[in-house]
Amino acid sequence: MWSEKERQELDKILEKYPPDRKMSAVLPALYVVQRRKNYLTDDDIKDVAEALDVTVTHVHSVIGFYTLFRKEPTGKYMVQVCTDLPCALRGAEDFYHRLCERMEIGSHGGTTDDDLFTVEGVVCIAACDKAPCMQINLEFFESLTDDQIDEVIKRLRQGESLTAVAANY
Amino acid sequence: MSKVLDRHLIFRHRDIENIQNIDTYIKDDGYSALKKALKEMKPVDVTNEVKSAGLRGRGGAGFPAGVKWSFIPKDIFPKYVVVNADESEPGTFKDREIMEKNPHLLLEGIALCAYAVGASASYIYGRGEFLSTFRPLQQAIDDAYKHGFLGENILGSGFSLDIRLHLGAGAYICGEETALLNSLEGLMGQPRNRPPFPAVAGLYAKPTVINNVETLSGVPYIILNGIDAYRKYGTDRSPGTKIFSLSGRVNRPGNYELPLGTPLRHLVEECGGGVIDGKQVKGILPSGAASSIMGGDKLDTHLDYESMVEAGSMLGSGSVIILDETINGVWAAKKNIDFFRHESCGKCSPCREGTHWLKSVYTKIVDGHGTKQDVDMLGTIIGQMEGNCFCPLGEFVVPGVRTSLGLYMDEYLEMVAGNEEASQPQKDLIHTFF
Ligand code: FES
Repeated sequence: MWSEKERQELDKILEKYPPDRKMSAVLPALYVVQRRKNYLTDDDIKDVAEALDVTVTHVHSVIGFYTLFRKEPTGKYMVQVCTDLPCALRGAEDFYHRLCERMEIGSHGGTTDDDLFTVEGVVCIAACDKAPCMQINLEFFESLTDDQIDEVIKRLRQGESLTAVAANY
Repeated sequence: MSKVLDRHLIFRHRDIENIQNIDTYIKDDGYSALKKALKEMKPVDVTNEVKSAGLRGRGGAGFPAGVKWSFIPKDIFPKYVVVNADESEPGTFKDREIMEKNPHLLLEGIALCAYAVGASASYIYGRGEFLSTFRPLQQAIDDAYKHGFLGENILGSGFSLDIRLHLGAGAYICGEETALLNSLEGLMGQPRNRPPFPAVAGLYAKPTVINNVETLSGVPYIILNGIDAYRKYGTDRSPGTKIFSLSGRVNRPGNYELPLGTPLRHLVEECGGGVIDGKQVKGILPSGAASSIMGGDKLDTHLDYESMVEAGSMLGSGSVIILDETINGVWAAKKNIDFFRHESCGKCSPCREGTHWLKSVYTKIVDGHGTKQDVDMLGTIIGQMEGNCFCPLGEFVVPGVRTSLGLYMDEYLEMVAGNEEASQPQKDLIHTFF
């Protein structure tokens, strides 16, 4: 069910597109409902389908196509470390594996026991000159040392807001 | 700043602090091009000016922007300007800097384009990862509305324009313009058949101009200062400046705005401070993962559309990735194949299956189990992909593998040396497939 606040947000989104082109709002609408749990449930998907007059099947096909939508639970923070070629040329793969090991999730990514962090390697995020770089819930963290990322993780663990932490990097 | 450019045309924020602030931007002649166009020029004059200045698409294809605009039919409404901000090519990070640091330049460029083609609505399509990049951009849009540079009846001219932001959700293929349009319409971002071309039937089947962020950001300078001023930079056939995203094994990776035609060596050595630890350049990928790799001996090639083609590669989006002698050429090629495999949209089988097989074979070789036969197989696979893929993404895979095989064959052979040919050819690969 759409909350009052979400409904207002959706109305603002819909204003961007011609009235007979509501389907254009499918990606933005999915972002809104994905914020509820950090992943998409069947109910969320139905909400989007109904609000935009499209089929549930269509919404599923869209979700499957794009990497930023998830149907499985993840940690509260998605830590996405770029390991693509330009970053890998500057040591990003080792950085990523070391980070995973320090977070005790094996060396190839996964979710921490407290369900706070899901760490994964991703393709280029347009910060290749600032490797090693990553996004945490889509906020950029760039040119990081091991110590700096540990500090970021520590502050998030202590409950500081992501925006506050991101502002320092 | 580089020696050859005394004034940035696009990266004005590097000369002037706080230019993302609308007042600072206006003080630096910001929105003067728009004022000039609305007051003194007919829409067709704007198109002609951009055409004569020779501004070419900076997203990769290099198609002349003014010519693209002139394809838009006059008598069909509404028309759209769609900005391709889906910057996803590995090694490319220039559009992000423009949008974060000099957003009004882009907005002014969009307004000029919209005026030229008669569009009253524009969408900026950014990759989903640009959530934070879109914050300063949205701020800039709000400020531009407040100052009357966007919205109804701009500066009393009768011309109106709305600019809206739209975020994708993680798919490289959406940088292909028809896939981008599908994505913007709420579909899977798969490419469309052409014809019809977007100029005739693009967004919502209406005439649509699609230009890259950097391309549109080049327009205000041309309109304000004229063709000759613009053509002072660059070469005859590749006029103006271009932003090069330099990454990989150099001391100072980063974005550098240079006149087209600048030698690659200048970018790598002067701007980038040379290779880390003074090593030799082993390979150059001048247009991201989709590059034909150039050998280190090609450093004296000039960075313009024509010279790069002559040297066996292309200028593309200007994402220059440097490999040095510490890097294994096979590993580098495999990294790019991993990328393309991940990003293949699955629509056509040459790309979907081709990238799958390439990844399997590369993994086998890099893991130390490959044979000479596997190396040959790589050539066979790209031979079957070439010319058969539905869209450019699939075709992008071919040159990197081909040039990698050409330049680094010794390393391929070294990696497979001593491994027996499979008695039943490729059986192990077939297993990975099923
Ligand atoms: S390759 Fe890592 S951000 Fe581009």
